Amino acid sequence: MPEKRILLKNCGRIDPKNIDTYLAQDGFKAWQKTQKEMTPDAVVAEIKASELRGRGGAGFPCGLKWELAAREESDEKFLICNADEGEVGAFKDRYLLQNDPFTLIEGIAIAAYAIGAGKCCIYLRAEYHYLLDGLKNAIAQAREKGLLDGLDIDIHEGAGAYICGEESALMDSIEGKRGEARYRPPFPPSKGLWGKPTIINNVETLSTIPHIVLNGAQWFHEIGTEKSTGTKLFSVSGDVAKPGVYELVLGSSLKELVVDICGADNIKMVQIGGATGGIVPYSMISTPLAYETVLGSGAVTVFNESRQVIDFVYRTMDFLAAESCGKCTPCREGTEAMIEILGRLATGDGRQEDIQALEDLSGTMMLSSLCGLGQAASIPVLDTLKYFRNEYETRIQQSLFLRSLRGRI
Amino acid sequence: MNTIQTQDSLTGRERENLLRKLKQAQHDFGYVSKDMMTETAQSLGLSIGEVYGITTFYSFLSVRPLGKFVIRICKSIPCYMQNAEMIIACVADEIGIKPGETTGDGKFSFELTNCIGACDIAPAMLINHQVYGQLTPGKIAEILRGCE
Ligand SMILES: Cc1cc2nc3c(=O)[nH]c(=O)nc-3n(C[C@H](O)[C@H](O)[C@H](O)COP(=O)(O)O)c2cc1C
Ligand code: SF4
Ligand code: FES
Repeated sequence: MPEKRILLKNCGRIDPKNIDTYLAQDGFKAWQKTQKEMTPDAVVAEIKASELRGRGGAGFPCGLKWELAAREESDEKFLICNADEGEVGAFKDRYLLQNDPFTLIEGIAIAAYAIGAGKCCIYLRAEYHYLLDGLKNAIAQAREKGLLDGLDIDIHEGAGAYICGEESALMDSIEGKRGEARYRPPFPPSKGLWGKPTIINNVETLSTIPHIVLNGAQWFHEIGTEKSTGTKLFSVSGDVAKPGVYELVLGSSLKELVVDICGADNIKMVQIGGATGGIVPYSMISTPLAYETVLGSGAVTVFNESRQVIDFVYRTMDFLAAESCGKCTPCREGTEAMIEILGRLATGDGRQEDIQALEDLSGTMMLSSLCGLGQAASIPVLDTLKYFRNEYETRIQQSLFLRSLRGRI
Repeated sequence: MNTIQTQDSLTGRERENLLRKLKQAQHDFGYVSKDMMTETAQSLGLSIGEVYGITTFYSFLSVRPLGKFVIRICKSIPCYMQNAEMIIACVADEIGIKPGETTGDGKFSFELTNCIGACDIAPAMLINHQVYGQLTPGKIAEILRGCE
């Protein structure tokens, strides 16, 4: 399946500083159609029928989520755009914000209308402060054209914390607290920001909305696979000739993306979905990219044969331990314990029982962590143990041998 | 339990501007001082401990004074794969301090950071809010010379 530019259609084509160039490409037509021809319920029904799934990582059906919030009776509802993009290897939201902020704003307007939110908030990560003026300018231009009447769009900047991309931690951060995940239920569509019904969507998800509204759910549904409709942006980095953002029809093969388009060779493995993403070994390079296989946020990191698996897993765990918010024990202590074991393996002090310990810890963390970080932290460990177990075993054998030479065994 | 008012219901939504306030202080003074934390806590009816806890939670806030130029080099895997370690060593060499330190003249602070969403131009770094990519030792020297 080929590359297909729906979300990237305007990138490089419009001037992100000038709304007129966007209007000339059918910009805000979907928003006008929404206001003139559709009730909020009809918008929700359309998105539901499109079976669009969240592009931020978890892949929750977007229309279903909206419906929950739309049904809530409340004096106040919120729409939050998640522009925290902290995932390692992810930069597609940045690309959209840089090249086409208008489609996002149009998507925000439509989403707010659908769920009945008067207030919208874009949570922009601190690292992306250099995108703030462009985004503010785009909102101001849309407002000047009278396109955002009655809609409050606020930009809330983060202050440097990966966990604030997790939706409940994000809301705590907006509320002026440490960004720590919340116990759920209640879920945000019923009780979110300030205890009010709230919808949180990723930049890419919201940027897809105008296209669906304008072209219809049917059109969208025909693209992709049965369970993964539409196209998806991929941020490709690592051992490739052409890193960058690419848009492919969902269900396209990983090989097409990393070999044919990005020019990778001598591939050992690919991680998909950032630090907690799954590992695909080269033998499975034809794996389709879809929610039913591997996807996450669409961060794709390619590793060639020169890379060491244990080194990679250790560094990944080091990241997760540093970014764990520390609220729950399995993740706070679990990631630290993993670092200790992986560090031991990496420096040649590995022990026979280390593999078993990693597996036991993984199970506990998956089962009992409070949020996605701790629940998914062990995925790279388990996946590499599955596909590259020999590297772990060889490393341990070597350490044992070296230690026996030094009489330390 | 339910007779005790929680801090949240006491302070309502005033806390919303807390992060903004702390970031402003960081921007204006290069750090969030003890006085600033005390004042913020009092004005919002929070404990000083809580404000301290928030300040230290976020990596763009600091309780120690930072330099005029804060260099943040990305150490996450895609950058690491493109020789970020060499860039880190190179910056350390150029400004004579290690990650986590600030130069004596208060000009540079040197930090390592996790992915800054610039992996397509790895190895990458931020200096204050400006992003730099495809770094090489030559480029580093030039960029640092430009910091005035
Ligand atoms: C540790 C962690 C980090 C996350 N970071 C992000 C992020 O940076 N951006 C994002 O959109 N979603 C992120 N998510 C997913 C959000 O919690 C949430 O599912 C998403 O924003 C919902 O939007 P969507 O349905 O449009 O994808 C993260 C989740 C976890 C567990
Ligand atoms: S799983 Fe980790 S990041 Fe999530 S709440 Fe627990 S400690 Fe925090
Ligand atoms: S890994 Fe360095 S910018 Fe993403």
